[in-house]
Amino acid sequence: MTTTTAPAAAKAPARRRVPRKGLGLRIYTWAVIAWLVLPIAVMILFGFNDTSSKFNFEWEGFTLKWYAQLFDREDLTTALINSITIALASTVITTVLGTLVGLALGRYSFRGKGVSNLVLFAAISSPELVMGASLLSMFVTLNTPRGYATILVSHVMFSIAFVAMTVRARAVGLDPSIEEAARDLGAGPWTTFRLVTLPLIMPGVISGALLAFALSIDDFIITNFTSGSTVTFPLWVWGSTRTGTPPQVNVMGTLLFAAGVLIAVLNMVASRRRARRG
Amino acid sequence: MTETQDAPARGDSATLPAIELAGVVKDYQSHGETVRAVKGLDLTIGEGEFFSLLGPSGCGKTTTMRMIAGFEEPTEGEVFLHGQKVTGVPAHRRDVNMVFQSYALFPHMSVFENVAFGLRRKGVERSEITRRVGEMLEIVDLAGREKRRPGQMSGGQQQRVALARALVNRPRALLLDEPLGALDLKLRQQMQVELKRIQREVGVTFVYVTHDQGEALTMSDRIAVMNDGSLEQLGTPRDIYEHPASKFVAGFIGTSNLLSGEVAEVADGRAVLAYGPGERIVVPLREGTAVSGGQHVELTVRPEKIELHTEPPAGDGSMIRGTVSEVVYLGTSTNYQVVTSAGADVVVFTQNVNSAEDIAARGDSVWLSWDPRHSYLIGQIGATP
Repeated sequence: MTTTTAPAAAKAPARRRVPRKGLGLRIYTWAVIAWLVLPIAVMILFGFNDTSSKFNFEWEGFTLKWYAQLFDREDLTTALINSITIALASTVITTVLGTLVGLALGRYSFRGKGVSNLVLFAAISSPELVMGASLLSMFVTLNTPRGYATILVSHVMFSIAFVAMTVRARAVGLDPSIEEAARDLGAGPWTTFRLVTLPLIMPGVISGALLAFALSIDDFIITNFTSGSTVTFPLWVWGSTRTGTPPQVNVMGTLLFAAGVLIAVLNMVASRRRARRG
Repeated sequence: MTETQDAPARGDSATLPAIELAGVVKDYQSHGETVRAVKGLDLTIGEGEFFSLLGPSGCGKTTTMRMIAGFEEPTEGEVFLHGQKVTGVPAHRRDVNMVFQSYALFPHMSVFENVAFGLRRKGVERSEITRRVGEMLEIVDLAGREKRRPGQMSGGQQQRVALARALVNRPRALLLDEPLGALDLKLRQQMQVELKRIQREVGVTFVYVTHDQGEALTMSDRIAVMNDGSLEQLGTPRDIYEHPASKFVAGFIGTSNLLSGEVAEVADGRAVLAYGPGERIVVPLREGTAVSGGQHVELTVRPEKIELHTEPPAGDGSMIRGTVSEVVYLGTSTNYQVVTSAGADVVVFTQNVNSAEDIAARGDSVWLSWDPRHSYLIGQIGATP
């Protein structure tokens, strides 16, 4: 998900004459792009592999049958649906909560602000493995049955800081008198938020939400600790590597990747348009 | 020092003041300490008046304005708008509008949407909104720019959008917080004239916060000079310039010479201060001022009121001898700094009406003279108007 901008960048230097002295830079640039794109390309390619063995490692010819049989594996489909619903739900919850946290940190000064900042930073920087293990022991101590709900709670927990950070960055740059102007013109607190504050921090909210979705849908480590018997897409793929990963996994990965690229491009177009309108 | 005003009786709608502050105090908590930003302010601002709050930064003028707008609540005292107590009423329910120093335009909305914002909140009918916004943009000379975004406009244009956005609501009073501070000098002077014109045209009470005394003098009907949270003087621009009530006002408004001396005699409502042979300063004593012989007093005189002579002048006004320490040629005028026994660095402005060369040069011995009515006693004995 994090490499979604690579294909867009690859298109940019199309067939333009570059002075000879830039040759080194050109090689370097293409090397970096290849580095980023190659694994994804391999994943996409093997979704079209007409393999007959359990392991999808050798190229045996082109086929579209895995696309046709995408949902033939019921357990894989369930895992994918779990992943998508958890990602959507956690994104919605995280975006709402994280936006409020980010606004508070960016706009107001209050007792405990420094501590709140520290907690957020800790949530971002602490190793996932540690977080997963401690979440598991917490759930066990609290006697909480592990499953869909605990995965959701954990995902909200680790992605909230990312939304808060992106929103805070946006809120800090906001002129406080803009909100005062809205109030002065007769807008109550809620109207001010809806018509003025929210549209102005929206770019931060959107990038935070995209980040939260991307973090949730492919999270393995924390999910592995908190999932109980619920299986998500990454957990299923991990489990399947020992017995042989079916090409449907590549297809699903390709589709997720394509969706990611599409959202990233749409977001970029939207923000360009916003920038052009001033 | 503060001029007390006869506040019209509340409830009489014809003579109700637009804004009234009664004993307003504002305290802030800063690092565990209480800072008093406004120290008991009484003000009455009349309907349709162009009223300026003038003072250096940190004098409490912006805090005062924010209390009128409803962004701050006074620690003590009350705020009245048209006789109605608004203390405790939030900003969005007060019938005043504000023009912010940073303009605070909504960057994600067009000029039209910006100006229509207040009317939409009031639920004004759509066609009425279109008409009133159009009218207001006409007044601020921005007709045809409805679709622009604030980011695509110059500072002066943004300024006028901010003005239109506030005025279109026909507020009881318009509060302007150093609205011209971000503009360059030329545009600022244009906008001063423009603001005055718009105020005449719409007839709304303007409360104008500024630290620029020139701006306040140019535009205001009345000025309240504030310093350190209190009112120093309240009056018309001419009052304040010609009769500064305190050393602070004399120093803050325009250039003032601060002179001092010992009273030699008091007669005919005048005090005469004596210095060397032939030197004297005559100061009229206003009613209620009492000085006696031998008392040390301070007085001010404006630089443009002083005449510079190379020979001892005739007459019975103030005249004093000095040595020129600096000459600055400014085109329309020449400034001299003169060291005298009444005060060092006395500044004299002389208009270059028909002089081809300066009257005196550095180091020359000169005489200064001025009419007695241009001197004002200030300081502890005070010249209470």
